[in-house]
Amino acid sequence: MNTSMLLVIAIIMMAMAFFLGRKRAITVAGGNHGIRNLNSLPGYYGTLSALWCGIPSLLILALWVIFDDYIIIQIIIQELPTSSQALSESELGLLLNTVANIALNNSSTLVAEPFIIEAADRLNGLKSISQMALSVVILCVAMGLALFSWLRVNTQLKARVKVENVFKIVLLLCASIAVFTTAGIVFSVIFESIKFFQSVPFFDFVFGLQWSPQMAIRADQIGGSGAFGAVPLFAGTMLISVIAMIIAVPAGLMAAIYLSEYASPKVRTIVKPALEVLAGVPTVVYGFFAALTVAPYLRDTGSMFGLSVSSESALAAGLVMGVMIIPFISSLSDDVINAVPQSLRDGSLGLGATHSETIKQVIIPAALPGIVGGILLAVSRAIGETMIVVMAAGLAANLTANPLESVTTVTVQIVTLLVGDQEFNSPKTLSAFALGLMLFLITLALNSIALMVVKKYREQYE
Amino acid sequence: MTNLSSQPAANAQTPSTMDLVNKNLAKRYRAEKRFKAYGIAAILFGLACLVILFTDIVSKGHSAFLQTYVYLEVTYDADTLEIDDINNPQQIAIADYSALVKASLRQQFTDAKSRKERRNLYGLVSNGASFTLRESLEDNPALLNQTVGVWLLADDDVDTYYKSRGDDKADAFVGRLVPKQVAWIETWITNQQIKKRFNTTFFTSGDSREPEQAGILGAMAGSLFTLLVTIILSFPIGVAAAVYLEEYAPKNKLTDFIEVNINNLAAVPSIIFGLLGLAIFIGYFEMHRSLPLVGGLVLSLMTLPTIIISSRAAIKSVPPSIRDAALGLGASKMQVILHHVLPLSMPGMLTGAIIGFAQALGETAPLLMIGMVAFIVDIPGGISDPSTVLPVQIFLWSDSPERAFIERTSAAIMVLLAFLITMNTFAILLRNRLERRW
Repeated sequence: MNTSMLLVIAIIMMAMAFFLGRKRAITVAGGNHGIRNLNSLPGYYGTLSALWCGIPSLLILALWVIFDDYIIIQIIIQELPTSSQALSESELGLLLNTVANIALNNSSTLVAEPFIIEAADRLNGLKSISQMALSVVILCVAMGLALFSWLRVNTQLKARVKVENVFKIVLLLCASIAVFTTAGIVFSVIFESIKFFQSVPFFDFVFGLQWSPQMAIRADQIGGSGAFGAVPLFAGTMLISVIAMIIAVPAGLMAAIYLSEYASPKVRTIVKPALEVLAGVPTVVYGFFAALTVAPYLRDTGSMFGLSVSSESALAAGLVMGVMIIPFISSLSDDVINAVPQSLRDGSLGLGATHSETIKQVIIPAALPGIVGGILLAVSRAIGETMIVVMAAGLAANLTANPLESVTTVTVQIVTLLVGDQEFNSPKTLSAFALGLMLFLITLALNSIALMVVKKYREQYE
Repeated sequence: MTNLSSQPAANAQTPSTMDLVNKNLAKRYRAEKRFKAYGIAAILFGLACLVILFTDIVSKGHSAFLQTYVYLEVTYDADTLEIDDINNPQQIAIADYSALVKASLRQQFTDAKSRKERRNLYGLVSNGASFTLRESLEDNPALLNQTVGVWLLADDDVDTYYKSRGDDKADAFVGRLVPKQVAWIETWITNQQIKKRFNTTFFTSGDSREPEQAGILGAMAGSLFTLLVTIILSFPIGVAAAVYLEEYAPKNKLTDFIEVNINNLAAVPSIIFGLLGLAIFIGYFEMHRSLPLVGGLVLSLMTLPTIIISSRAAIKSVPPSIRDAALGLGASKMQVILHHVLPLSMPGMLTGAIIGFAQALGETAPLLMIGMVAFIVDIPGGISDPSTVLPVQIFLWSDSPERAFIERTSAAIMVLLAFLITMNTFAILLRNRLERRW
């Protein structure tokens, strides 16, 4: 029986255990009239039986599926001739691959040494043994546990409490997936980064001024210098983010002020969602717009004034990114401006200040921490933004502050290094993970500061 | 401070506060008006960007919904096709139908003499035309040795030329076409042998290197499967996590840690999730690249924080009195949650979740990392078939040099936006319909 078949069987067993447990509970209680003698409703006894039967069998199934390949391969390696066992890791991997292929095809068309064919037969044999053993084990465990829980049912068993405890543990596991995800991110980038820093020194990476990740595959190859200095990438990222912020912060902030302080409710209900549409547009659409509309337009306008604007200028990417971030800033600022107590406004207006003076001298200073927090979140968004820059910014790692030139960013390089076929373990591929690590740390720091600032600000007025 | 009322106005030596106020008043009012105008300008700027973005996409993409076809008299010549037994499907399947198209073109334009000119001539009709001919012969074998007029798919250069032409020949975008090719197309136009039809290919076929044969069905199917995996994984887990954090979690370090993690994950750049998928799912678990399964896993990890946060807000909005009443009647904690809290907060949760799924549907960067950028012609049939998704398809096409891909990219964007707008509208309607105010 194959694995999915066993899964179905385990689920059917669970259902059976449920009905048996429920029926048993009613019988134990002495028919339908005796239910009030039970500790819990019959359904809980059924659920408890199902859980008793299902959880261990499913666990065994999962562990078996995860580990059986590994164990079988170890057995095969043990049985290989000693000459093959002495092979290096990659050669052994190749050999095992051949074995697996022959075992899968089951054909003699592939010419191979007898010991490989023997190993392939052995592999097939072990696999079927493992499958059979798994089926037997699952069936026995499930039936045994169903019987055990059936025998356990009595009027004193606190089925409800037990079921609720399982429910709570399942919920806790779901909640901790966020923690596992963070751990997964950290480990996945850290391990690869450590490998990278073994071949490229950390300080060369962080302070190096030259980025050209093309490595020589052969020693005599020309041009494969392989310089991994990340400064131009971070400079490019900062340049584009700054341009985006120059657009987004004033526009977003003023829009938020107008909407929360001046606009009538009617205008607000129309304009606010309309602006938020900008945030819902996928970034790939912005990228297309930046690359095919904004960039050519800027180049043509620039050449009219005698400026040479690169067709992949930082300006185009930054402008479009700024537009994307406007609703982000405006909705965050809107929230914090609305959180400023009305009494502050009334006090200022009562002293004779005009509306704009109240806003400038009372509301903004009061809301400043929240606004700054929002802007920090927006900066982290801009730094991590990928598609706009992949499509509209260039690949050349120029160290420049001229927005009309082409720059590249951290995210662009991660995408270029990892898209398509690549060999694992070459510094070129691993450098993408190092860049990812830096990106993760920077955005994490920005987010943490921003969330802290905003939280503090909220507490102040609550 | 001077006393306003007791200050005699006649005292010209020291101007009263009222005078000072009045003197500045006009200036202050002007500043007020300016400030208000800045606000309006900011909003107009945002809205203008929105309008420009949409009109740009629509103006570039609307023409892709039509496709140029050319009318040719084609003879299903048995000798050219090398079919001697019409009842043999094998022969019909492998025959060279492009030879028929070429023969027909040669017949119409006898001025194509040299090899190069003939190649140019053949280039006017898409190589997808031979599939059309094969299908019609398969459907109706009696066509063999008959001459019939058929509308065949034109090449993308012809398509671009004809669409950009309008009424005046001078407006047309010539591109890679040589003058002779333009002359041939003009002959077709005067003969009314060329027309635009609704582009069904765009919605019914997978990706192709030839713009005129490229469609988005493969990408849409990929998006559907990816989204399905995302929904199945992230919605139950997200709701469960939210229930734990709102209803069960004790105030302790662990809960705080989980909360901080969720908030931070919500702001982690999406590309980092792609790195996670590449290192863990593909590198460690050795799953294959380009699978909707892997894409769905990555996207569910990415949408999970959004769903948890919105579900928590929905659970929070259920008033405690309902819980107290249920507990008072003897319900257990789990019964309170399953029978009362979840049904009451479901609309809010669904609204947040749909918005999260809309984000996932438009996401590109993490899927690039796990190899969903491969050129895949086949339409995926399940979560374990290699595929691409709609946003990635847009990214791939936008990189293509052919001009005809620009309009197809824009059209694909329009389809994607239509899906997103539908999802978001549905979410808003759901909220307005079902959400209860307490």
